[in-house]
Amino acid sequence: MYSQALNTATGHADTSEAGTRFQTRVDAEERIEPNDWMPEAYRRTLIRQISQHAHSEIVGMLPEGNWITRAPTLRRKAALLAKVQDEGGHGLYLYAAAETLGVTREELVEQLLAGRAKYSSIFNYPTLSWADIGTIGWLVDGAAIMNQIPLCRCSYGPYARAMIRICKEESFHQRQGFEIVTILARGSAEQKAMVQDALNRWWWPSLMMFGPSDSQSQHSDASMRWKIKRFTNDALRQKFVDATVPQGHYLGLTFPDPALRYNEATGHWEFGAIDWEEFRRVLAGDGPCNRERLAARRRAHDDGAWVREAALAFAAKQGVARQREAA
Amino acid sequence: MAERSTPLWEVFIRARTGLAHRHVGSVHAADATMALQAARDVYTRRGEGLSIWVVPSVAITASDPSDKDMLFEPAASKIYRHPTFYEVPDEVDNM
Ligand SMILES: [Fe+2]
Ligand SMILES: [Fe+2]
Repeated sequence: MYSQALNTATGHADTSEAGTRFQTRVDAEERIEPNDWMPEAYRRTLIRQISQHAHSEIVGMLPEGNWITRAPTLRRKAALLAKVQDEGGHGLYLYAAAETLGVTREELVEQLLAGRAKYSSIFNYPTLSWADIGTIGWLVDGAAIMNQIPLCRCSYGPYARAMIRICKEESFHQRQGFEIVTILARGSAEQKAMVQDALNRWWWPSLMMFGPSDSQSQHSDASMRWKIKRFTNDALRQKFVDATVPQGHYLGLTFPDPALRYNEATGHWEFGAIDWEEFRRVLAGDGPCNRERLAARRRAHDDGAWVREAALAFAAKQGVARQREAA
Repeated sequence: MAERSTPLWEVFIRARTGLAHRHVGSVHAADATMALQAARDVYTRRGEGLSIWVVPSVAITASDPSDKDMLFEPAASKIYRHPTFYEVPDEVDNM
């Protein structure tokens, strides 16, 4: 899902001849491909952003995977299973895109498991009830879509192409979530309370998915100049709020923000201050589920080690057998 | 013990009959059979393909983008390869 706008690239304009030619190509909306010349800072920024995005998809499977066995109906279970499988696929498209920049899959996985790589802060919150699954699809995948649509036009070809595939699949994620939320919001008093509670817990973390406020982020944003990023964090967040608030009101839900009000003059929903202290804490590893998420990934990796070894040993044996046949 | 890395495969998919296979991405797999299965799971969850090719990434030889001017110059300078290079009298309608 989720490229959280964490990356303020700090590359200065490269004024070498190659650097100028590169910027001219980017300005002309040409796509940069793996073997093309590119500034080192552009390569580093992309590796960091794409791999964080990939890690987010993979870790993002955990909070929802938690509910697959407890989905209330077979229809819901099939949809949730398909969604979580999609998120795994998104992670793999993105790892493949990052690898075109000269980093190996093993290095990337190692960075995640060692706790050296970041992933979206949203997945460090727990999924306490079935309503959380609907709310995640509606809000978290909804925020992801807002973030990801501009990335389909990113200057780096493999990333842009991966994002086009991902965006096509996200729409189902959001709709299945909103359907769950709708049914609960129209259900019994307990169901309504359950979905309202989920919205209360997920609303602010969803707004944090867009990353720090523009006023707090670094001055010259190289990501904008390189056309990796097209809109500021605040612009995307506002777009998300404007799209989402009327959907919640339609269902008779309220948002946990007393400052939320519609501004007739601007046509935008104004919202209260975000707790950036909480954001930084969760990102730095101190959210409700950070340790649990990493432990789950490490366990999966370790438990799979014998399978990877056996597959490689089998492939090597087959290779020897084929050589003997050919001789 | 350091783990051995699992080989990388490039994935090509034919979306419909009549179309050529097209590059869609890559997967890691120990052998060709597993690469095909992984490619099926990763790249065709919604009927995107009728046929898949997987090719070891190391088997691909690519041209160097910085050579492109030199490499493709012969095509650029031979304008007589295009039909518009030739003059046909206006009275002759279609040719
Ligand atoms: Fe996703
Ligand atoms: Fe998603």
